[in-house]
Amino acid sequence: MSASALTIRSQHPDPAWRGRVMGSIIALVLLWPMLVASEFKPWTLLDAQSLRATGRFLADFVPPAHSAEFLQLMLTATWQTVAMATAGLTLALLGAIPLSLLVTQSLSISRLGSGRMRWAGVLIRQGARWLLVLLRSVPELVWALLFVRIVGLGPTAGVLAIALTYCGMLGKVYAEILESSDAHASESLLKNGSSRLSALLYGALPEAASELVSYTTYRWECAIRGSVIMGFVGAGGLGQRMDESMKMLAGGEVATMLIIFVLLVACADLVSSFLRKRLS
Amino acid sequence: MSFVLRGASVRHPSTATSGRAPAGFALNDVSLSIGQGEQVALIGPSGAGKTTLLHTFACAHRLQAGEFSAFGLSPWALPHAQRHLLRARLFLAPQTPPLPPRQRVVTAVLAGRLPQWGFWRALAALIKPGERNAQIAYDALARFNLQDKLYARVDRLSGGERQRCGMARLLVSSAEAFLVDEPLSALDPALALQTLAALQQESASRNATLICSLHQVELARSHFPRIVGLRDGRIMFDAPRAQVTDAMIAALYQNAGSTPATDADQLRPVVIVAHC
Repeated sequence: MSASALTIRSQHPDPAWRGRVMGSIIALVLLWPMLVASEFKPWTLLDAQSLRATGRFLADFVPPAHSAEFLQLMLTATWQTVAMATAGLTLALLGAIPLSLLVTQSLSISRLGSGRMRWAGVLIRQGARWLLVLLRSVPELVWALLFVRIVGLGPTAGVLAIALTYCGMLGKVYAEILESSDAHASESLLKNGSSRLSALLYGALPEAASELVSYTTYRWECAIRGSVIMGFVGAGGLGQRMDESMKMLAGGEVATMLIIFVLLVACADLVSSFLRKRLS
Repeated sequence: MSFVLRGASVRHPSTATSGRAPAGFALNDVSLSIGQGEQVALIGPSGAGKTTLLHTFACAHRLQAGEFSAFGLSPWALPHAQRHLLRARLFLAPQTPPLPPRQRVVTAVLAGRLPQWGFWRALAALIKPGERNAQIAYDALARFNLQDKLYARVDRLSGGERQRCGMARLLVSSAEAFLVDEPLSALDPALALQTLAALQQESASRNATLICSLHQVELARSHFPRIVGLRDGRIMFDAPRAQVTDAMIAALYQNAGSTPATDADQLRPVVIVAHC
């Protein structure tokens, strides 16, 4: 048995093996300087001084603040956060859907037959791709800071910031989902003379619907978190309240808000799994 | 003439774009002309180029050499948009039915109308098929005994039902030529006969050209007036049914790895004669 294994190794060496070893070595060599550059020293978490500071802050968390007046305030703030995330995501969809259609190669008619696209198509596609890169490479916090200057303090800045960043993310990922799902249906519709949009509706969407929906609800969840962060720079909602409570070192209030975050994310998760179940 | 190929050589697009050393042609110096309303069976061993030939007729593969015209127009000389209009006059039914698993049968069948529909009409029919459209889909399905699956989802259908669902889409389209790739591969003999009859009746009734690739050689010889034998990307014979002999069939499939559905052992002795 070992003899046959030997001959297999010498006569038919696994062609992938060397590549895998080299890949692992390169990954390790690249990772080390990154750990150094990011000053990754987890042991500072555990020295006596840090432990005491953490303990004091955490001790304040119980009991969470629960006066009727505060809860009322939380309710409006939560509502504002959810509204901000939803409105931002809806605006983002308005831009992301047409852009992802432009970028998706599997819906190209000119590619049929020759396998090549027209140069105009390539140019438009590349333009849309760069626009998506630009939109998502600027973090939503930076957009928010910019819009707070322009439209003033309040949720509008947050909505616009989410709309721009998420347009970039959704557009890119939608296009990737559409391209990676089975193109047989949409391609044969195109070969039979359908338009791009019809092929999308009757071929590509039914193939990719559940992935698209679950990614969108995940992004909605991210938008809720994002709108909290943007509250810290004055874009309203839960984040702004949290910023105030943190600055006043009111641990109980912070604890209440953290509980609300957990509930919101759990809610988004429920919505996502419900929708996925409906579509599968 | 509905299709004319002259000296056509076609490379499969996946090898044509890769920029590597050009692989062999899937079709090599093929000349063929098919009149409007003709019914032609394409036979030949696996990998002979039947699918590539159908895709070439459907303006889905570009020619590397030679000439091609469909309905008197040469598609690859036409502007982009007009070529796509020409595609709407042809219907290509691929071998595996192109039906998304989560789609309903009624929608999958009505997709045959998409080239005639604008975006809003397509969207409206997707949301609610409507009485008239549902009737059209129902009638088409009824030709294949599939009418009670109208509102079923595609992933609930068996392989044979999916294949007939794809054929129902063909009936719904308003194409003038049907290019059908092995429509009977998942059907039992009785259903195969019925499906083939429905296809032939439909194309005869609207004087549409029917080009059908088949692995069932007997069906091709008993049902199609003209038979084209393809092997290694070349046309081995192109003859009316009466002139196709067992020897020609045997030569077509000889040493090709796959044997036809006919009794191959019985045919083998004739082979030597056929090669003379």
